[in-house]
Amino acid sequence: MTRRMLPFAVVLAAMALVPVFTPSHFYVNLTSQVAIAAIGALGLNVLVGHAGLNSLGFAVFPGLSAYLVAWLSTLGGFDPVSAGLLAIGGTMLVAGLFGVVALRATGLGFVMITMALCQIVWGAAYRWTSVTGGDNGISAVPRPGTGLLPLERPEVFLWLCVGTLALALIQLGRFFDSPMGVALRGTRDQPRRMSAVGYDVWRIRFSAWMLAAAWGAVTGLLYAWYHQFVSPHMMAVTASAEVLLMVVAGGAGTLAGPLIGAALVVLLKNLASIWIERWVMLLGCTFVAIVLLMPDGIVPGFGLLRAALARLRPAPAPKLVPRERADV
Amino acid sequence: MPTNTSAVTFRRTRSKASCKAWLLATALAAVCAAPALAQQAPIKVGFMTVRSGALAAGGKQMEQGLEYCLAERGGKMGGRPVELITVDTAGQPATTKTRAQELVERVRVDAIIGPLAAFEALAIDDYIRQVGVPVISPSAAAEDLTQRKQNPWFVRAVGTSAQANHALGEYAAKDLKLKRVVTIGDDFAFGHEATAGFQRAFEDNGGKVVKKLWPPLNVADYGSYISQIPSDVDAVYAAFAGGNGLRFLQQYAEYGAPAKVIAQMTTVDEGILKSMGKEAVGVISSGWYTATQDVPGNKEFAAGIRAKYGADPGYYTAGAYEACAFLDAAVKAVDGKVEDKQALMKALREVKLDKGPFGEVALDPYGNPIMTVTIRRTEEKDGRLQNVVLKTYPKVSQFWTYDPKAFLADPVYSRDYPPARHLGN
Repeated sequence: MTRRMLPFAVVLAAMALVPVFTPSHFYVNLTSQVAIAAIGALGLNVLVGHAGLNSLGFAVFPGLSAYLVAWLSTLGGFDPVSAGLLAIGGTMLVAGLFGVVALRATGLGFVMITMALCQIVWGAAYRWTSVTGGDNGISAVPRPGTGLLPLERPEVFLWLCVGTLALALIQLGRFFDSPMGVALRGTRDQPRRMSAVGYDVWRIRFSAWMLAAAWGAVTGLLYAWYHQFVSPHMMAVTASAEVLLMVVAGGAGTLAGPLIGAALVVLLKNLASIWIERWVMLLGCTFVAIVLLMPDGIVPGFGLLRAALARLRPAPAPKLVPRERADV
Repeated sequence: MPTNTSAVTFRRTRSKASCKAWLLATALAAVCAAPALAQQAPIKVGFMTVRSGALAAGGKQMEQGLEYCLAERGGKMGGRPVELITVDTAGQPATTKTRAQELVERVRVDAIIGPLAAFEALAIDDYIRQVGVPVISPSAAAEDLTQRKQNPWFVRAVGTSAQANHALGEYAAKDLKLKRVVTIGDDFAFGHEATAGFQRAFEDNGGKVVKKLWPPLNVADYGSYISQIPSDVDAVYAAFAGGNGLRFLQQYAEYGAPAKVIAQMTTVDEGILKSMGKEAVGVISSGWYTATQDVPGNKEFAAGIRAKYGADPGYYTAGAYEACAFLDAAVKAVDGKVEDKQALMKALREVKLDKGPFGEVALDPYGNPIMTVTIRRTEEKDGRLQNVVLKTYPKVSQFWTYDPKAFLADPVYSRDYPPARHLGN
């Protein structure tokens, strides 16, 4: 456990130390964005990687919580911290409701129903102008910040984001190793057998759904505090697809994958675009390359590469049989 | 002992020498660098455009307008060369914010021209307030940016969504003598605000808006909306942006054009007029820019753009040019000393131009231009569609003829405000 967590500790420490290496707030803020995106991708990974439920509506959780905190702390008159807590609570409530609807389906049906649920909330944000400001969104969202923790300073906000990311990694790492996590993967690979053995597949999936929603809500909270602005764009289909892309590119079902995927997408979008005018094309080419060379994502891809290299050295090695995923 | 002394002396002389050299260097630097810094170091201007996604066509026209403006000034403003740093916001608020941070924190620009869409401008509204960088909007028209949420660091080179539509409302009631009108517009803030402005002035002059239709932004087929237009209305008011005006007018013509069309400026903007056909002929619209308008400086501008890019300038081209002209005038007013951001911003707010695509322009106390608004009709002329001016309203402000205080005390224009009192009549 500790040994496995070591690379994560090094990466997170490096992220937290970015303000030491560069005085430019730009890179500090960029690192915050990577951390926020990574928390969201980790949340979605619970569904995609471990529950085998591909969601194309994940943005609804960050979206709901960001809108709730934005509305509560501006028009609602709450202070940012209680607004944040209420936003997470509210998101969990709605997520519970949505879970009851969405988890009736699996496979393609689940993809469509999650997308539809996200579109409903997107539509509400877009059309309910008197509350949400329509496509102009809600601006001037205050960041919490007192004397002890001045979150308006980019480096302090970065530490909050990295700290939260560390929490997410530890919590999810433990969850995946727990009997519950193993059972969840059981429902992914052999739902009927799991059911026959006596596991309540629906309840296991629902727990995974709520766990994903919780980390989604945290992402939304940090997003709203970071941008201090929310608009319906954050719940568009492209936003959900982007999170899914992070998970798939990094490697679904791995702990490091979503982190690497998030860093890849955020940096390609915001850093590569400084030097490369056709950055959208670069983004596309990168994903095509990943799909062609490492169809399981970057992290499993490198794992396979290492295995292949190890196989090259001692001459005859037993042939590894690729793991099959047989849904019965 | 002697060695020790000599060592001390040596150290002293060296430190004296280095001190002298340092003084000399500083003096030299001060003498040579001060004017060089003020005149030769380039002014860094950040330009936020859209190169990918649905808004890219407008972004391209903005780039042309800005390029033309800088070329006309020999790449200089107030005697200093201009370094233009262009970034692509992709038309997304979150990306816009990061691009703004890149411009401010990484490149350290002196001023920003952009962004394109209203929601992009709103996304960076708080940020530019915090960092204090002058921003000139070349296209974002959201009412509140220069009204209820005005920002000390933000001025607009174009009008508000409703600015030209107040004039059209009055013209429709008084000159066209229209009584009953149906409105149809894009279901987003720009469409809502434009329609609200038209409705308010139209109804204040005795007209009645009897139905309001809101097709979603990316609807493929306007048929189901066109069929809801009652047959006994005097006209249809259309408020569309981007390519939607083109698609609406085509489908409207296919349905036999049940009533005449009056329109908000971007519905028949020069930028998309070149893709239109007969269906656009006869549409009466209003705008703060028309390629054919007779104001000082526009003839040269329109001819210049035509010669260089082979197309008439429209909303985005003229807006970006004007934003650049604003900045140029402000930089001249502060003698090129853009490092003093407060002074530059003050100069920007006091900008007065006596010629250019918009003719005479001055900013109101809220940072929004007071300018000429024209009523124009789309006609086929010289083998292409053009907007021909019918009537000119000089010195139109964002508040039209209303009292600014009372105007600002009301809620911002929206889908439901001002309420339509004559629906179904």
